[in-house]
Amino acid sequence: MSDAPLLSIEKAERVFGGGRTLFGQPKPAVHAVQDVTLEVHKGETLGVVGESGCGKSTLARMIVGLDAPTGGRIVFDGRDLVAEAGHDLRRLSREVQYVFQDPVASLNPRKTIRTILEAPLIHLLKLGKADRERRLIELMDAVNLAPEFLERYPHEFSGGQAQRIGIARALAADPKLIVLDEPVSALDVSVQAQVLNILDDLKARFGLTYVFISHDLSVVESVSDRVAVMYFGRVVEVGEGRTVFREPRHPYTHLLLKSAPAPGRRSLIAEDANTELPDPYNPPPGCAFYARCPRHTDQCNAQMPPLEDIGAEEGHRAACFHPHEGR
Amino acid sequence: MAEATSTAIKPVKRASSGRPNTLALLLNNTLATAGLVVFGLIVLIALAAPLLPLPDPDVTAPANRLFRPLTEGHLLGTDALGRDILSRLIWGTRVSLLVGISATLIAAFFGSLIGLVAGYAGGRVDTLLMRGIDMVMAFPYILLALAIVAVLGPGLLNALYAIAVVNIPFFARNIRGIALGLSRREFVDAARLSGKSNAQILFIEVLPNVLPVIIITMSTTIGWMILETAGLSFLGLGAQPPQADLGSMLGDGRKILFTAPHVSIIPGLMIFALVMSINLLGDGVRDVLDPRLKSGALTRPVARTAVTRENAPQDMTPVAGAILDVRGLKTEFRFGGQVYKAVGGVDMAVRRGECLGIVGESGSGKSVSAMSIMGLVPTPPGSITGGVALLKGEDLFAASDERIRQLRGSAVSHVFQDPLSTLHPLFTVGDQLVEAIQAHDPVSKTQAREKAIDLLTMVRIPNPAERLKSYPHELSGGMRQRVCIAMALAHDAQIIIADEPTTALDVTVQAQVLSLMNTLRKEHDAGILFITHDFGVVSAICDRVAVMYAGQFVETGTTEEILSAPAHPYTAKLIDCVPVLGQPDRRLDAIEGRPPVVNNLPVGCAFAARCPRAQEDCRAAPIPLTEFGEGRTVRCIHPLTGETTDV
Repeated sequence: MSDAPLLSIEKAERVFGGGRTLFGQPKPAVHAVQDVTLEVHKGETLGVVGESGCGKSTLARMIVGLDAPTGGRIVFDGRDLVAEAGHDLRRLSREVQYVFQDPVASLNPRKTIRTILEAPLIHLLKLGKADRERRLIELMDAVNLAPEFLERYPHEFSGGQAQRIGIARALAADPKLIVLDEPVSALDVSVQAQVLNILDDLKARFGLTYVFISHDLSVVESVSDRVAVMYFGRVVEVGEGRTVFREPRHPYTHLLLKSAPAPGRRSLIAEDANTELPDPYNPPPGCAFYARCPRHTDQCNAQMPPLEDIGAEEGHRAACFHPHEGR
Repeated sequence: MAEATSTAIKPVKRASSGRPNTLALLLNNTLATAGLVVFGLIVLIALAAPLLPLPDPDVTAPANRLFRPLTEGHLLGTDALGRDILSRLIWGTRVSLLVGISATLIAAFFGSLIGLVAGYAGGRVDTLLMRGIDMVMAFPYILLALAIVAVLGPGLLNALYAIAVVNIPFFARNIRGIALGLSRREFVDAARLSGKSNAQILFIEVLPNVLPVIIITMSTTIGWMILETAGLSFLGLGAQPPQADLGSMLGDGRKILFTAPHVSIIPGLMIFALVMSINLLGDGVRDVLDPRLKSGALTRPVARTAVTRENAPQDMTPVAGAILDVRGLKTEFRFGGQVYKAVGGVDMAVRRGECLGIVGESGSGKSVSAMSIMGLVPTPPGSITGGVALLKGEDLFAASDERIRQLRGSAVSHVFQDPLSTLHPLFTVGDQLVEAIQAHDPVSKTQAREKAIDLLTMVRIPNPAERLKSYPHELSGGMRQRVCIAMALAHDAQIIIADEPTTALDVTVQAQVLSLMNTLRKEHDAGILFITHDFGVVSAICDRVAVMYAGQFVETGTTEEILSAPAHPYTAKLIDCVPVLGQPDRRLDAIEGRPPVVNNLPVGCAFAARCPRAQEDCRAAPIPLTEFGEGRTVRCIHPLTGETTDV
């Protein structure tokens, strides 16, 4: 791992809505992502986990330039990613690619796989016909699909095969960083393992760096070097995967881990029912987890806990005034 | 349901073998076929006009004026100027068709272009274009057409332009709606990341997906356009004399409607036949091309699954203590001559207060098995072809429709995967609960409301009296699922069939819902049939588990036994391929290959092709479900025993 991070996100913020109406009334705004600071080093997998509505997909879209942050900076390989996405998305797309959650919806139903996979080769790499042909075979081989599948249409593929095509498309331009947004959550468990194994294999083969977004803790645990836990648009805990999963410090991480079903785990410790996310139009001044947190005090409701180093391990940070003890 | 459709969709291969093609589907529709025949005939005759031995339509012969139809030499008679009506009719139809089709093409081109750009660009461009379209639409169409013709001067070509312009908004609005939806789809984002420019995305990615809608809109518009052309010509603004056109012929005949009705009735009938045939055909084309209708929405399933079993089993004594006892259940789907055996002989028994889990991958038939019990599998295409489902000894497949209606939602209730689509979006939660209560219980609205409050309290919804007034979208996913559970418990349910009830929920919410269901089944002493794909969820709630593969149970037993020592290689593989929390270094053992398609099952074990332990005898004959220790069965002749755990 080199010292300079490949991707660094500094205080990124994305607000949807806002502004004023024609008559000067303020429009409601939602902070989908707030004050997110993360670093991704070359060759590592950063897992981002959180429940629906926590802003993880918005974060992913900002990293690949499909969405622009309303505040903060995203720096990729020393260049300002946001500015680059604005004027030359192609240059960015050669280095940062994206794998979508729904493998079938991300493939145009009226295009053959060849047309879909050729698009990045033509538009991003400007390859000639012969080079393209060679690269297509390479790509299909990399994701374990037979080359004759190239002439078929997306509806002829099962979810797992379609997702491998999605991965092949992301690989086509030979990127440095791939953002995987819930790449296996639409797949059956037996297929999920195939895709995870292929991802693992490709990472080693092509020296890739992954940002792996998922709501499934066990999947994130199995693929990630480092993990960031998001809640209500903010990172509440980040650190080495092992440490975070073994010694969760933030009460939310704790709750997540307790709630996750695992084979052989009989009783799920559930909190009581009044556990809604805060109103996004009217966020609380302090910690967003305040209402659900068993350890909360008045301080939590008044002030936003900063994301600070915690525990012995370097890089393990949690945003909590009253974190759980380390073991 | 989801299960049923995925079983149905998966087998579609290259040339969509077995599934009727577009033309066959169209010909299936009698009205559309009639339309096609009439329209085809008219077009053929109109095209053949120069070849047919017809007198010149424009030559006047005042001596021969106003002959009645069937006159010698003038089959349909002559008009006020002695011109042959048959000849004028055919030549006029030619003109009307030409104008109608050209106007449609022009309107479709410009309208679709505006719609595509507006829908794709969104924001200001959208507002600007659509407000322009709104302005065009704000004028009554005939007034606008008249205004355009007034400016350009009368004439067929100008009428054509006028009609095209008037119809642009129709296309623009339709296409914009579709393009708007498509532009937010993932494949558009994917194309952008593949380096395509906006124009490339719009015309190469979005347009092909909009094309069917453009064709549908065109097919339903041509008739309308021909009518409008006729209207303008009738007013004397379209075809100019002596040129024949259906509208102008009608206009000519108007003055002598009472003395020589045939002069106007004949072109009138022609317009009627033409427009009617086009509209019937257009509707047929729409039904065939519209993806929503294509998926079978036009075939209305009946209220209960058809039962076509040949002979019910003789032995109807239920397993001791079981409320629900299903034996030899077989459910099939028929699509285009193929039979998909979604469920091929399933036995299960649920006792009071017990939770039986059915675990399997999508397409394994687990949902179809559960839906078959209360006849919720759509017919057509599904039907129950064998077996028996006994609810406390009563054969559900032999019961009357009325009896099933009584049992649904009372003794047997369902909780589905997606609470947002299960609850009606336009009624409050309270209304829906009251309806569910009153469906089986003749109580007053006030009493029902009180019971609804009790139910919501029971599922731990805070502030239940207030929550009754909420609409489903105002509740979170977990709350909605609690409402569904409350509804399922409204009538002392003995069996709750829960089909992936927590799959759409977040983990923390899932844990809450699972522990709620666990508590409630003990409080109410109700059995749960719990369908899931997740062994973690199974561990949390199920007492016994049945693992399903290709429409059959491959292994049953208690949860602990199956999880700690799976006997069937499929079960073992299924457990091994899932990452487990707390074991990040575990090797994920993927199952190679894909499950078999249920219209073409192998003779022997369905898993043999993917099984590392498969031998010759596995493929030779059907494998029976055999006893494997106390209360445990396995469908395998080479099961895993304790010592060989490495599959």
